[in-house]
Amino acid sequence: MLTLIRMALLSAMALATTAQATPRDEVLAGYATQARADDAAFAGFSAARGEALHRERHSGGKPDSPSCTSCHGDNTRAAGRTPVGKAIDPVAVSAAPTRYTDAAKVEKWFRRNCREVLGRECSAREKGDWLTYMITQ
Amino acid sequence: MTTLIRSIAVGAALFAAGAVMLGRAQAGSDEYFPPVSDPLTRQECGSCHMAFPAGLLPARSWQKMMGELDNHFGEDASVDAATAKQITTYLVAHAADTARGDMRRWLRGVSASAAPQRITELPKWVREHREVSPGDWTRKEVASKANCVACHVDAERGYFEDD
Ligand code: HEC
Ligand code: HEC
Ligand code: HEC
Repeated sequence: MLTLIRMALLSAMALATTAQATPRDEVLAGYATQARADDAAFAGFSAARGEALHRERHSGGKPDSPSCTSCHGDNTRAAGRTPVGKAIDPVAVSAAPTRYTDAAKVEKWFRRNCREVLGRECSAREKGDWLTYMITQ
Repeated sequence: MTTLIRSIAVGAALFAAGAVMLGRAQAGSDEYFPPVSDPLTRQECGSCHMAFPAGLLPARSWQKMMGELDNHFGEDASVDAATAKQITTYLVAHAADTARGDMRRWLRGVSASAAPQRITELPKWVREHREVSPGDWTRKEVASKANCVACHVDAERGYFEDD
């Protein structure tokens, strides 16, 4: 009986840990580690800051793409469009559940798109904020 | 019973259409450019625009382009070295001047020393689009001449014929 209870407990724990550490959480945790290393006062990501980064019009980047919304659109749950006219799947996790699970892909597009919009790379905190916003969308 | 006959008829018609398309494909006509078959190339070169068939440019054009991806028409399309190598190998092997079939006609008017970077500036492309009315290029869903799919609905499957 005891063994049975122990086994049940163990499998429950195993389930709980797999539920916790989704690939997307790992991507986010990677940015959190980096953000803490960049700034000891880092106190967590903010969806509100992420939304501001996403929606604001920035200077510094290319004039025809001043904002993340230039390509990803105003509605995070709707398709966006590249300058060449190709559709981009929505960026909200609720509308695109497979997104942000491949760290290399996420990093590649942050590098490209932040340079495009801001004229510089985004910091780990900015990336985490933006992802946090999309996860709540 | 009639449904059965109808579905047989439809099936036969589809089969015939498929055979016609296949025949056309094998003829290597101007209108058919085999779509990108390498998944990595499809993925890396197909997110900002359609993954252009390799047969639309000569090998030397692809080689030049793949060496300058960090400034790709003003955008950063760079990938890691191993990825770039695999994509280059694929594009070069299927380029207009290396592919099987008669794709060289597509390069008519291109000098052997030139490595054109734009499909939309090849003499043949320009000629084929001479009669497209100016208003068609400025339609909202077109956005760019490079947005082949806006006008050629079957472009992703390799077909660019008159529509
Ligand atoms: C010039 C157009 C353009 C702009 C501007 C743009 N993006 Fe993107 N973004 C894309 C394209 C194209 C993709 C890749 C297609 C896809 O993932 O569906 C992409 C993908 C991404 C991804 C990867 C998604 C994944 O599934 O892993 C992230 C992260 C991202 N963008 C963030 C941003 C941020 C942050 C901004 C603003 C600073 C921004 N983008 C502005 C075009 C753009
Ligand atoms: C980050 C976005 C992005 C990625 C990724 C990308 N491209 Fe492009 N590509 C562009 C833009 C922007 C243009 C210019 C389109 C225009 O003028 O409207 C372009 C144009 C082209 C053209 C010329 C189209 C014409 O006008 O005839 C070719 C060919 C091309 N790309 C091939 C590639 C290949 C091969 C890859 C993969 C290695 C690739 N692209 C990846 C953004 C991208
Ligand atoms: C604004 C709409 C439009 C766009 C965008 C466009 N085309 Fe076309 N294209 C046409 C039309 C219309 C024709 C037929 C012209 C004719 O019959 O005189 C055509 C003809 C062609 C042909 C010749 C087909 C035949 O019947 O011989 C090819 C090949 C072709 N296009 C390739 C492309 C490629 C590749 C792109 C993208 C790089 C592209 N087109 C973009 C409208 C367009």
